[in-house]
Amino acid sequence: MSRLIVFLIPLVVIAIFWAMARYESKVAHDPNHKTFFQRNGTALGVTFIGLVAFWTLFLVALPYLYMGVESFHPRLPPLERGGAKDFLTIEQYRSFLVTPTDGLWNTTHMGAFFFTIVVSTAVTALNFAICYPLAYYMAQAGTAQKVRLLMLGLIVPYWVNEILRAFSLRLLLASKGLINQMLMGLGITDGPIDFLGNNTGLYVGLSYAYLLVMIFPLYNAIESLDKNQIEAARDLGAPWWRIHKDVVMPYAKPGIAAGCTMVFMLSAGSLAAPQFLGGPRTLWFTSIVYDFFFQAFNWPRGAAYAFILLAACIAFVMLMLRLFKVSLGETIK
Amino acid sequence: MTSKLVMRGMIGFYILLFFLYLFGPLAVMSITAFNTPAYPQAYPFQAFTLDWFVKLWNHRAMMDGLRNSFIIGIGVVAVSVPVGLAASIVMTQIYHRARGFYYLVTVSPVLTPGVIIGISTVIFWKDVLGVTDFTKAVFYKGIVLAILGQSSFVAAYCLLIIMARLQRFDRSQEEAALDLGASYPQVFWHILLPFLKPALISAAVIAFLSSFENYNTTTFAILADKTLVTVLAGEVRQGTTPALSALAVIIIGISLAGAIAYEVMKRREEAASGRAMERARLAERADAVPAQQAPGPMGFSGRTPAPASAD
Repeated sequence: MSRLIVFLIPLVVIAIFWAMARYESKVAHDPNHKTFFQRNGTALGVTFIGLVAFWTLFLVALPYLYMGVESFHPRLPPLERGGAKDFLTIEQYRSFLVTPTDGLWNTTHMGAFFFTIVVSTAVTALNFAICYPLAYYMAQAGTAQKVRLLMLGLIVPYWVNEILRAFSLRLLLASKGLINQMLMGLGITDGPIDFLGNNTGLYVGLSYAYLLVMIFPLYNAIESLDKNQIEAARDLGAPWWRIHKDVVMPYAKPGIAAGCTMVFMLSAGSLAAPQFLGGPRTLWFTSIVYDFFFQAFNWPRGAAYAFILLAACIAFVMLMLRLFKVSLGETIK
Repeated sequence: MTSKLVMRGMIGFYILLFFLYLFGPLAVMSITAFNTPAYPQAYPFQAFTLDWFVKLWNHRAMMDGLRNSFIIGIGVVAVSVPVGLAASIVMTQIYHRARGFYYLVTVSPVLTPGVIIGISTVIFWKDVLGVTDFTKAVFYKGIVLAILGQSSFVAAYCLLIIMARLQRFDRSQEEAALDLGASYPQVFWHILLPFLKPALISAAVIAFLSSFENYNTTTFAILADKTLVTVLAGEVRQGTTPALSALAVIIIGISLAGAIAYEVMKRREEAASGRAMERARLAERADAVPAQQAPGPMGFSGRTPAPASAD
């Protein structure tokens, strides 16, 4: 049964590393070396290992692997699972490219996928542009008190959850909303502009939702840059844009990569902003996944689509790491 | 000189715009909570009312959701903080060739979209708990799955927060304790754990907040149950009511109160440490003995910690 194999994979990986560790400790014997249980005592050692094993196996690795296997199964009623009809198939992935019912290219879902990727990339770039100046100001120019005040000002709105923030934007951008009232009141437009229908709401909502996710990694990275380096560049006659391009940004690379990765990942996987701020004809990829689970009850296909999304996110992370030439460890701090 | 002034003006204007973007929508929403029309509107302001707060209080589903959110939040803290602590200690002691792989596995939930975590949690646990009728009846519940799914990535946040402090741990303290005859478990309980206490507290706070606010993972993992956030999402999907604005006003009020309390505390601390520094300087001048014990520059830190509260 294919689903059971999943449980063996982590065991095999652990066994390989364990064997390697055993082999190495035999080859290069170090008399001062203490084993894990000697160092922590049996009771604590067992507790640590137990907690970590529970987390990494049952909450992280196994669910992902299991979802992966599920996506290679056909959709069946519960009773037929594990029966004769339950074979491995790539039907769910094929349905992303070709609609199963009519055999035509599945332009709806592929279109939604590319729309999601393109918009998420654009939002990432936009947020970087908005946040970089403030992060730089806070990290290099502001006094300690001012910075703390700004920091509180940044954090307070983020205690209001995602849904309510999307709701607040909807109140502003709706056809009866304040912005349209203002535009019409000033006589700039005659009728209301459909900000939600033309997806302006979606872009603003995504950008608004993940501002903080961009600003903190940037701030943390720029903050540790020695002010003397900027002074030196200025004394040598570098214009302000050269200082940023050649001194600050190269130094802040890990922070830039971290912020961009997080914003992209969160907006590509976001559910609230597209649901509440997108136009009626806008199809966001996660909304399609959501519908497979809650309306079509087609879990295998939903799992396959979720996997496609995951693959896209991994590809983006790798791209950012390659582009900025940083390692994963530098990015996530 | 004038160019400097222009520059300053531009920076000020930019910061103003930024915070207008950040607070504007929330401010407009807050006004709608006190206005009478059933469609939330800020302008024209018809009449002042507190009815929407009463409506909110009488909203059964929201109050049930609030209770569930609290239970889940406490559950997530109870799972994630010990797991994060254990995982960070394992990180420092693990077989060096496995460290990179272990790191990848432990931080992968941070980089995975929440939707995927929710889906995989449901698919996996439905089959695992479905093995016996007993486990299915007792554990296959929205609250349990939400705790499991959220802990998956919240534990990774905790790991990163605790790791950051653990890296600053002075190994010589441990060696001193061992030389004086302490056992390893004693070192853990009496030296390492007190040292990590601030990190554990901030990990717990962030764990609770990220659990409380989570939507993407929870909406899948919660099954037929409800949390405050999923109830809110349902309300927003159905339409708009100023009762939601009223809820936002309450949340903003609580956060502002917290922020002001924090600022006051910080200022007081700074003033105290400033006074201590002054005293130390006077003492130094008086008898030329370096006042090393004075809690002067050590207690001073100009910046707010815990930027990880971002998500």
